[in-house]
Amino acid sequence: MQKILEASSICKSFYDPVTIEVLHNITFNVVKGEFVSIIGKSGCGKSTLLYVLSTMDTDYTGTLLIDGEPMRGKKEKELAVVRNEKIGFVFQFHYLLNEFSVLKNVMLPALKLAKYSRDEITERALKKLDILGMKDLADKKAGNLSGGQKQRVAIARAMINDPIIIMGDEPTGNLDRKNSQVVFETFKQLSAEFKQTLLIVTHDPDFAESTNRIIEMDDGKIIRQ
Amino acid sequence: MSEAVLIEIALTILRARLRQTIVAAVGVTFGITMFIALLSFMSGLNHLLDGLVINRTPHVRLYKEVEPSKNQPVNISSQYQKNYNFISSVKAANSRQEIYDAGKIIHTILQDTRVEGLSRKALSQVFFNDGAVDITGVMNGIEPDKEVKLYRFGDYIIKGNALDLETVPNSIILGKPLAEKLMADIGDVIQVTTARGDAFKLKVVGFYQSGLADFDKTQSFVLLGTVQKILNQPASYVTDIQVKLHNLALAPSVAKEYSRVFNTNAVDIQTANAEFSTGTQIRNIISYAVGVTLLIVAGFGIYNILNMMIYEKMDTIAILKATGFAGRDVKRIFLFISISIGFFGCMAGLLLGYLLSRLINSLPFTSAAIPTLRTFPVDYSPLYYIIAIIFSFITTYFAGWFPARKASKVDPVVIIRGK
Repeated sequence: MQKILEASSICKSFYDPVTIEVLHNITFNVVKGEFVSIIGKSGCGKSTLLYVLSTMDTDYTGTLLIDGEPMRGKKEKELAVVRNEKIGFVFQFHYLLNEFSVLKNVMLPALKLAKYSRDEITERALKKLDILGMKDLADKKAGNLSGGQKQRVAIARAMINDPIIIMGDEPTGNLDRKNSQVVFETFKQLSAEFKQTLLIVTHDPDFAESTNRIIEMDDGKIIRQ
Repeated sequence: MSEAVLIEIALTILRARLRQTIVAAVGVTFGITMFIALLSFMSGLNHLLDGLVINRTPHVRLYKEVEPSKNQPVNISSQYQKNYNFISSVKAANSRQEIYDAGKIIHTILQDTRVEGLSRKALSQVFFNDGAVDITGVMNGIEPDKEVKLYRFGDYIIKGNALDLETVPNSIILGKPLAEKLMADIGDVIQVTTARGDAFKLKVVGFYQSGLADFDKTQSFVLLGTVQKILNQPASYVTDIQVKLHNLALAPSVAKEYSRVFNTNAVDIQTANAEFSTGTQIRNIISYAVGVTLLIVAGFGIYNILNMMIYEKMDTIAILKATGFAGRDVKRIFLFISISIGFFGCMAGLLLGYLLSRLINSLPFTSAAIPTLRTFPVDYSPLYYIIAIIFSFITTYFAGWFPARKASKVDPVVIIRGK
C-alpha cells in the first residue's frame, strides 16, 4: 500500500516557562485510503501532533514524509505549497472567511493553486458543495451560516484541491449532537465512496470506534495503534 | 492567476472595513490636498515676488560708468614701463556716458546662443516744467516692443498703452506720482527741459507704476530716438544694453565675460538683487517641509489603521496560511490594501488640491506693486502634482510594509489553537 504519511521519532518540547516534552518519539504511518482517528485525553498532545503533521508547526525533531517527500528543510513558501496541494484541513472552529461567499471560500485554495481556470474551479467547487449538500447556499455570505453548515463548507474547502489527505482537528468538537452526526457521516462517505485518506483528531469515542484505525495517545506517546 | 486572487482578497477585506478604509484614505487626501494647495500658493507668491525683480530687470546690463580711468597714459607708455609711476588726485575725465561702439557689441551679443534677446536704452536727466517749478526727473529712451516682450513693461502701464509710444510722435509715459504732480492726464502735452536748456513738448500717452513710489516719482519713458534727438545725439547713442538670457543662472559668468570682451561695465541680476533668491529659497524650504510633514502624518494614520486591521484579521490570515497561502502572499495582500488606500486618497487629494488652489486663486488680492494683480497668485505647475503622487506612494508603501510584514509572520497554529 502507498504510504501517504510517514512520521518517525517525532519529538517536540515547549520551553516556556520550563521545558515540557509534549510529543515523545511518535512513529506511525498512514496508507492511502485509510480513515484514521487519533484519540486521547485533553492535553495529551494529539492536536500538537496534528499541527506538526500538517506542516504548520515546524519546531520539532524527527522526520516527516508526506507523499514520500521529506518536510524537514523546506522553506515556508514550499510548505505553503504542500498545504495547498496535498493537505486539506478542517478545524474545530469552522474558520471560514466571513467576508466571502460560501462558494468563494471553497474556491480560494484552488485559485491559489491555479491548476484550473476560474470557470473550472467554480464548477468543481459547486460539485464539492453538492456532495456535502450545500450547493443551495453557495451564494450566501459565510458569516450567515450555522455551525454545522460552516463545518460542511470547511470540509468542501478541504476537498477542493483533491488533497492526498484530509486532516481534522476535532471537527465535531464544537457542534451539537445532530450536526456532529452529519459531519461524521460526511467523513464516512468520503472514506467509503471516494477512498479519501482521513486523519481526524477527536475525543469522541463513538466517532473513533467507527473509523478504520484508532491511534490512542497519552502524555505525548502513542499507547495503542 | 495567483496575483488576481490576492487582489480579490485585498479588495474584499477593504470592502468589509469600508469605514476604516475611508478614514485612512481621508488622511492621505487631506495631506495631498494641503501639500498641493500650499506649494501652489507659495510658489505663486514666490513667482510674483521674484517677478517684481526678475521680470523687469535685465539679466545682464552693460553700461558705461563715469569713473577715473584705471589705466593712465603714463602706464601704457613704453618709455616708462620700468618706472614706478605715482599719480595722485586722479579724476574722471568729462567722458561720455555712451557705450562705445554699441552697434558692434549688439551685433556680437545677438549671435550668442545663450541670449534670448536684448533691448537698448538711453538715459537722460531732464526737468519737467510745472508752471514756475521744475521737477527733476529721468527720461528713459526705450524700445517699447522689446521692453514689453522681454521685461513685461506692459504689465506696469496702468493707463494707456506702451506701444502708443511708437505710434504717437513725440509721446511720453509718466510715472503715476509724477503725472499727479504735473496734473497731467492722457492726451495732455507737457514740457521738458534738458540739462543744456533745450525745451521740448511731449504728449502724455500712459501712466507707469512699478510699486516703488519714490522711483515712480522721477521716471518717464519715451522712444529711444526721442532721447537721442533731445540730447542732440546720433542714432547710435546708447547708454545701456539690457540682455535677457535663456538661463538666468548663467548671468554672473556672462556679465564677467562681456565686461572683459567689450571693455565696459556689466552687472548681472544676481549681484544686483542678491536678497531675492535667498528669500525664495527659504520660502520654498518652509513650504516643502510643511507639505512633507502632512504626508508623513497621513502615513502614520495608514500605519495605525492597517495595524488594527491586521489584529482584527488574525483569523483570516491564519486560515489563508493554513490553506496554502505563503507569508509572502499575505504580505502582498496587506501591501496592496495600503497602496490602494494611498492611491484613492491621493487621487481625491489631487482633485481637492486643485480645487483649493482654484479657490485661493479666486480670492481678491490687490497690491500697488503689481497693477495687473487682482487675486492671490497660484502656480499650477504639474511638478507639485507629480511630487505629491510619488510621495504619497512612498509613504503609503512604507506605512503598509511594516504591518504587512507583521501579518506575514503570523503563526497560524497560535491563532487556530488559541481560541
